[in-house]
Amino acid sequence: MTPRVVFPNKLLPYLLVAPQLAITLIFFYWPASQALQQSLQREDPFGLKSQFVGLANFRKVLADPNYINALQVTVIFSVATAFVAMAVALLLAVQADKVVRGKGFYRTLMIWPYAVAPAIAGMLWLFLFSPSIGTFAVLMRNLGIAWDPLLNGNQAMALVVAAASWKQISYNFLFFVAGLQAIPKSLIEAAAIDGARETKRFWTIVFPLLAPTTFFLLVINTTYAFFDTFGIIHAVTGGGPGKATETLVYKVYNDGFVNLVLGDSAAQSVILMVIVIALTAVQFRYVERKVHYG
Amino acid sequence: MKFSAIAGGLAGGITLTLLTTTSSFAVTEIQWWHAMTGANNEVVETLSKEFNESQSDYKVVPVFKGTYPETLNAGIAAFRAGQAPHIMQVFDAGTGVMMGAEAAIKPVADVLSMGAKPFDKSQYLPGIVAYYSKPDGTMLSFPYNSSSPILYYNKDIFQKAGLDVNTPPKTWKEVWDAAKKIKTSGAAPCGFTSTWLTWIQTENFAAWNNVSYGTNENGIAGTDVELKINAPLFVKHFQELADLAKDGTFKYGGRTSEAKQLFLAGECGIMTESSGGLGDVVKSGMNFGNGMLPYDETAQGAPQNTTPGGASLWVFANKSDEEYKGVAAFFDFLSQTPIQARLHQVSGYLPVTLAAYEETKKSGFYDKNPARELPIKQMLEKAPTENSKGVRLVNLPQVRDIENEEFEKLLAGQQTAQQALDNAVSRGNAAIQQALGN
Repeated sequence: MTPRVVFPNKLLPYLLVAPQLAITLIFFYWPASQALQQSLQREDPFGLKSQFVGLANFRKVLADPNYINALQVTVIFSVATAFVAMAVALLLAVQADKVVRGKGFYRTLMIWPYAVAPAIAGMLWLFLFSPSIGTFAVLMRNLGIAWDPLLNGNQAMALVVAAASWKQISYNFLFFVAGLQAIPKSLIEAAAIDGARETKRFWTIVFPLLAPTTFFLLVINTTYAFFDTFGIIHAVTGGGPGKATETLVYKVYNDGFVNLVLGDSAAQSVILMVIVIALTAVQFRYVERKVHYG
Repeated sequence: MKFSAIAGGLAGGITLTLLTTTSSFAVTEIQWWHAMTGANNEVVETLSKEFNESQSDYKVVPVFKGTYPETLNAGIAAFRAGQAPHIMQVFDAGTGVMMGAEAAIKPVADVLSMGAKPFDKSQYLPGIVAYYSKPDGTMLSFPYNSSSPILYYNKDIFQKAGLDVNTPPKTWKEVWDAAKKIKTSGAAPCGFTSTWLTWIQTENFAAWNNVSYGTNENGIAGTDVELKINAPLFVKHFQELADLAKDGTFKYGGRTSEAKQLFLAGECGIMTESSGGLGDVVKSGMNFGNGMLPYDETAQGAPQNTTPGGASLWVFANKSDEEYKGVAAFFDFLSQTPIQARLHQVSGYLPVTLAAYEETKKSGFYDKNPARELPIKQMLEKAPTENSKGVRLVNLPQVRDIENEEFEKLLAGQQTAQQALDNAVSRGNAAIQQALGN
């Protein structure tokens, strides 16, 4: 137990958290309550007439096979993106840690992609892999791969996962590098003296000690894959082909802003809110227990 | 608070307030939201500038709002926040959406009646105006940029393939034959491609071959529509496309106009595309020819007539009389024959008034540029039937999305044309009923 800290000033703490509270209220609670209200209504796009329908929107959304499809797509996409982004970042961080000369230079280069906006990253990948004009598309065709993400759903998925991971690798890399630096060199040296080889040292010492970082990144990457990848999907596939890359977030956008079915769209965003709250709660409650903070 | 991005995106987007500068001068400002990019955006800017310089009472301020759907959404969000612009450009598929919101809009016929000149509907091209009018004939929006799909072919590729460079294929069968020849002769890696499978290969395919797209005159006569696009002629057409897609004789480019790149890059020898895309093809400097949109040789009475695409200008409700007078003055300005004739000749979009068409004809422009007359001829040579007045659905953008999804699964070989179109019909019908609130 940490000792309870008592502040003598009654007002100051509230004043200090007030800006953060105000931001949360305006940018989270207020829109969330609007979404909640809209999810119980059926309304025309212009808001000329609206009707209270109770939970009808939720029933319809949950009975829609396309919604179940979007759920599956989201799970596949998120797991793949989080895994690829973290695994590659970890590998790069471990390798960069070994570099003696020009460490700073390598690290700076690795961090660059993080500064690229999702939509721009999406366009970049779209051009590189565009079936008719893309540099990589031509390369792949020369290798005998029938590259056509416009019609092949799996290829389209691979493309958005690659683009989304690429963008997140820098962020993960930064944290892994920091995490690696915090691991006492003496531990690793001691293990080396005891005869543990590099792989053994990594899995028995480095990886467990990185657990807090890994856990933190797992939470961040899951939320990233859920929400921040909208721009990439919008730019690269638009949810297609068919509905092969339509994630839950993309479906919220598509139903609300393209198809103008606001009730359905609001109901979906409320469900999404519940999913994410639950996911984060589970992560903190069960996964975090296994994390060793040292 | 990553989460707020999405909850906020939905609710916040709707209540989005826009910073509009209210002018304190005597000049009445008219906001015009549009979706025109590149050369077409320059036309918008030039027109506004010319209008503003031609008089001193009103000032038209054009604002670019993104793609067609983005512009529509921005307008809807602004209306909900009480900040709607005066004029908004809405694409063809959004027509039904706007018509469904009678309290939000002011019919253009009413606006024009408030202007200085009496409004005479008969001076506008009937085929276009009918699409933008209510069943009782009231003109609801002002046709700004209208286009129709036509055939483009690469003459160099035709030559290499041993095809006659001066005879574009007329029927789909001729297109398939030419495409196969292009592919097998190695003149180009792909024979045929098409932009907008929904607008060209479905909606215009129905009108041009005089088959029904949906009940209630494809939605022109009433909003309760049942789709008919799984009829045998559609199934035949899409199965042929899917079969040609297997070896790459037909190549899919994307849901909107992406396929144009395949044609411009010389990858495909033949393309069907909007007449509005002519500018880009001319700019590329390729040696190309045009033909009418192909028709199905087994269809009775084909070719019938094609339908207008593009966009029209809508006027929002709840503005002052002074502002409406300004809008009317601007529309009068746009309707002037020299302006219309110039717009048509520069952009490849259709003229809106008959006088502008006659003037362009007289000037000998079509003798030099026969392709520019193709879309007009396609639309005007025959009086439209109940199948060929256009397609109007309260949620056409959504129905097009559904069609695209099913077409993609078809072209990827996951289902047959019959299954794809059956699915499109049942999913589309359900979406229409939902949009109608049933």
